[in-house]
Amino acid sequence: MRQAAIYGKGGIGKSTTTQNLVAALAEKGKKVMIVGCDPKADSTRLMLHAKAQNTVMHLAAEAGSVEDLELEDVLQVGYGDTKCVESGGPEPGVGCAGRGVITAINFLEEEGAYEDDLDFVFYDVLGDVVCGGFAMPIRENKAQEIYIVVSGDIPRDNMVQHAEIRRMTVIEYNPECKQADVYRELADNVINNTNLVVPTPLSMDDLEDLLMEFGILEEEDESIVGQKADETASA
Amino acid sequence: MSNMTQDEAQALIEEVLEVYPEATREERAKHLAAVGADQQPSKCVTSNRKSVPGVMTQRGCAYAGSKGVVWGPIKDMVHISHGPVGCGQLSRAGRRNYYTGHTGVDTFGTINFTSDFQERDIVFGGDPKLEKIIDEVEMLFPLNKGITVQSECPIGLIGDDIDSVGRQATERLGKPVIPVRCEGFRGVSQSLGHHIANDTIRDHVLENREGDGRQAGPYDVAIVGDYNIGGDCWASRILLEEMGLNVVAQWSGDGTLAEMENTPKVQLNLLHCYRSMNYICEHMEKTHGIPWMEFNFFGPTRIAQSLREIAARFDETIQANAEAVIAKYQPMMDAVIAKYRPRLEGKKVMLYVGGLRSRHVIGAYEDLGMEVLGTGYEFAHDDDYDRTYPELKEGTLVYDDANAFELERFIERVQPDLVAAGIKEKYVFQKMGLPFRQMHSWDYSGPYHGYDGFAIFARDMDMTLNNPVWERMTPPWKATGEPASKAA
Repeated sequence: MRQAAIYGKGGIGKSTTTQNLVAALAEKGKKVMIVGCDPKADSTRLMLHAKAQNTVMHLAAEAGSVEDLELEDVLQVGYGDTKCVESGGPEPGVGCAGRGVITAINFLEEEGAYEDDLDFVFYDVLGDVVCGGFAMPIRENKAQEIYIVVSGDIPRDNMVQHAEIRRMTVIEYNPECKQADVYRELADNVINNTNLVVPTPLSMDDLEDLLMEFGILEEEDESIVGQKADETASA
Repeated sequence: MSNMTQDEAQALIEEVLEVYPEATREERAKHLAAVGADQQPSKCVTSNRKSVPGVMTQRGCAYAGSKGVVWGPIKDMVHISHGPVGCGQLSRAGRRNYYTGHTGVDTFGTINFTSDFQERDIVFGGDPKLEKIIDEVEMLFPLNKGITVQSECPIGLIGDDIDSVGRQATERLGKPVIPVRCEGFRGVSQSLGHHIANDTIRDHVLENREGDGRQAGPYDVAIVGDYNIGGDCWASRILLEEMGLNVVAQWSGDGTLAEMENTPKVQLNLLHCYRSMNYICEHMEKTHGIPWMEFNFFGPTRIAQSLREIAARFDETIQANAEAVIAKYQPMMDAVIAKYRPRLEGKKVMLYVGGLRSRHVIGAYEDLGMEVLGTGYEFAHDDDYDRTYPELKEGTLVYDDANAFELERFIERVQPDLVAAGIKEKYVFQKMGLPFRQMHSWDYSGPYHGYDGFAIFARDMDMTLNNPVWERMTPPWKATGEPASKAA
């Protein structure tokens, strides 16, 4: 079983990409589970043709505690026999969503959701949140692979929107289209990925230097720092 | 062991420090000192600093300082321990602040009110639950005069907005619902909890009756910083009343919300525990122009001195009354001393208490002919130590935030006749064969304040020190023949 966590900036398309990727893997006969780690709980809707599935934390809150739940209460099966779970969590501004992720993943482990016949587990993690709970999927020997969704790598195509309106992945909605092949290629890349590296963090200054070296960032002109528009004009 | 010189005491400190790794030794050295013949330490001890990791500190937390000490004894308010169940339940009724009233009807001191946080409250936030609890409290206990919300650690971590819940509930209920952000992880000890609690009283209580037209009586005073442990505050109050003063409020032992609200009109605030309530006294001095003074009601010498100092703030009638009170009780105290002093004369004590008694009880021991060879505080600040040094003789050890190891080593080496500290220390020293008295809870006895209290204090010290059980510490198989000495 390979476990992978998907991170990236908010709104970049993590959930859409993850589900299309998972659909492509399922199409190739892989057994996959998606664990949505976002209080919005929109990581599985394209697999389930649903608005949002019942989440671990909401069901636990209703039942009293997470110990009162059974695995089948929270686990649904979607396209290509993919297992789908959403951790769920509070509305923005209250409580501790990070703790919700920890609780939900602990629950899945204790209830035996990680069956041996799974080929992949994907964690779709809320972007831009820095607290410990959202690092849970990459802790304690869970995800050994991390994929970051960035802009520009996957070609844009209206087909994705057409599929989303129908709460489907492109793979399921229109398996013949070009965009479906893009996700199939991505699936192959993931399956065959042997280029696993442990990154070394860069300081902000080192990162800027690197960007300048490769011409992505222009040399900073320190003399204009703090200068207003009219001052620049008269200078 | 007889009294040490300053050099000998300093050498003992060095010896105890030796076991530590260098960084710990350097840090802990700042907290330990030996007093010289000039009644000053070689260097003032450092205090109110973070405890060193890896040692067993005896300190409490900010929640303990607010809920356990300052707010908890206010008897006609409901104090909700907001968070997981343990903090409230394990501290329930543990401090022995006595009060009168019908518990569960108009007083609530020994009941544990808790929001009993569960995982879902952490994840989804505890504000809705708190709101519900407040309404349930109001429905079940309609005679409550107000509610405080005592935050436990998780409240500060998950960013609950208890201030907003409190504001809305205050409006809905028409009585104060006071949020206290005393999360346990804040600060270095319970001391910050006292300060936070004082600040919430300042913000939510003191102005409540402003402009109600009530006139202050000429002899109105408040007792501040007496938590009525085993009835201490009652034993103090009767003396003030006997000398003609009108005690308007007790902060906070057996105290009420109304008493606190009426305090900004008193003539004088009488402060017993300086550490936990100096903040509110200083605030009332600045804002309401109320002077305050410290006093000490442990042992007849200090009581008489304090009564005279208090009386000096009032007119000649009160001063004459004070003399009459002292004259009335002195013969009774002489009888107590005549009975117990011969049994306690020359006995040595080592103290380790919280923020006040480490200095305030010294006079009471001296009245019984006993000597203090070491003292220290769990959570005192520099100003407490400044008040302590003049009470001490040459060679006295001073230890701030002493840990289990240091106390054990100091006491093992000094071999006092009595150790007087807290429950966490008690059984260690009793098992070493040393008589021990608890000085936080009075070992379930008390009161120790006032003239009444001194009689009990003297009896308890004798009962503990001269208990025949200490002659039986050698098991039969180690006995060499005749018993060491016969039972007292």
